[in-house]
Amino acid sequence: MNGVEQSNGRRSAGQLENNVLAVLWAADGELTAVQINERLPGGLAVTTVLTILSRLIAKRQVQRHRQGRSYVFAPVRDEAAYTADQMFSLLDRGSDRQAVLARFVSGLSEEDERLMKDLLQDREGR
Amino acid sequence: MPLSVAVPLAVCVLLAVTAPRLSRALVPRVAAWMLTCAAAVGAALWTGALALLAFAGLGRVRAVAALGPWSVSFLHTQDPVSTPLACAAGTVLAGCLAWAAVTAYRRGRVLTAAYRKAARLPDDRELIVVDAPRIEAFALPGRPGRVVVSTGMLRSLEPAEWEAVLAHEQAHLRHHHHAFLHVLHLAAVLCPLMLPLAREGEYAVERWADEEAAEAVGDRTLLARALARAALAGQPAHPAPAATGGPVPRRVRALLSRPPARRRTGSLLVVTLLLLLGLAGLGQATADTRALYEQALHTYAVRHCGGHPCR
Repeated sequence: MNGVEQSNGRRSAGQLENNVLAVLWAADGELTAVQINERLPGGLAVTTVLTILSRLIAKRQVQRHRQGRSYVFAPVRDEAAYTADQMFSLLDRGSDRQAVLARFVSGLSEEDERLMKDLLQDREGR
Repeated sequence: MPLSVAVPLAVCVLLAVTAPRLSRALVPRVAAWMLTCAAAVGAALWTGALALLAFAGLGRVRAVAALGPWSVSFLHTQDPVSTPLACAAGTVLAGCLAWAAVTAYRRGRVLTAAYRKAARLPDDRELIVVDAPRIEAFALPGRPGRVVVSTGMLRSLEPAEWEAVLAHEQAHLRHHHHAFLHVLHLAAVLCPLMLPLAREGEYAVERWADEEAAEAVGDRTLLARALARAALAGQPAHPAPAATGGPVPRRVRALLSRPPARRRTGSLLVVTLLLLLGLAGLGQATADTRALYEQALHTYAVRHCGGHPCR
């Protein structure tokens, strides 16, 4: 985690927004600002998280509700995600989507799979 | 002509054998550039050489010769390219061109549809999250370029890891990697000999984005872990044996070893010389063909028009 903390100061506003958005989408339910901050990579001030959240609310990517004495936040499920999902299936049907879009990962063979598992255990064991 | 026209074809074969291996000595960014340029020039050499060979056959067709007009019997005795060879070259060329046209059309249609949809997305969003369990992350070029990621991917990684994934996709967008992939793919369709270059080129492009992402998050093992985890999570219950395996473990291993060394220009030089040799060969073959037809024109004129150019 050291490397991440070092790079904290270099995160751009856009990166921070993306991170907060990712936290909200990855979570199953609604989160408070403090909960969001706990899940964000690198330590931020809660006020920073709140500023990012207000920007995302202005862009209508995040909604907030009052729950008890604090606010909880959730991602907005709007047309953008639906459109992107349509793109997924569209490109899945195209025979050569692999080359059309640079994908993060491709499939693994059984041997590769074993190798990757060993690798993750190795790293976590240290 | 047969010797000179063999040079560009031989260069294509040499590129297929050596270029992927030579690229491994280079920094990923340079390797991607080298392979893409080599594949493009290689495909052009291949197409040009086949076209010259095919033309040798076409010139012997009486109806075509009448357009010159040039002497067909002169070509039959003087042109070292045999008719079967010319026919074979013509068939291969037609096949490659037709296949390239079909692929370009199909791909163009899918891409246009995707971009039309992307244009409907709000302008201020760089990151689009799709609420779906499958493991998916990709870069969608355009203005603005976007990164699409599934909740399945986000949930299978740790927060620090998904930051590395986003950095990887952003590197694709920043450096227009889709353009590299288009060129590589088209070159491989035009000239099957460029397939090894296209494969290695795709890998080099991914490595380029990996190195950028690793630098952005300041941690190489973090990205390696994200890659391994995403690849494992994305596995279907019954993996197809070794059908698509390969690049991910190689990328992970590259990330866990030391950052790529600065530069080794030797391999760049070898590939550049090969490409120049191929271009020179193609130029010579074109000049030889031209000289041959000038003689054929002259022979016809001597026989039919008393030595004056026939009208």
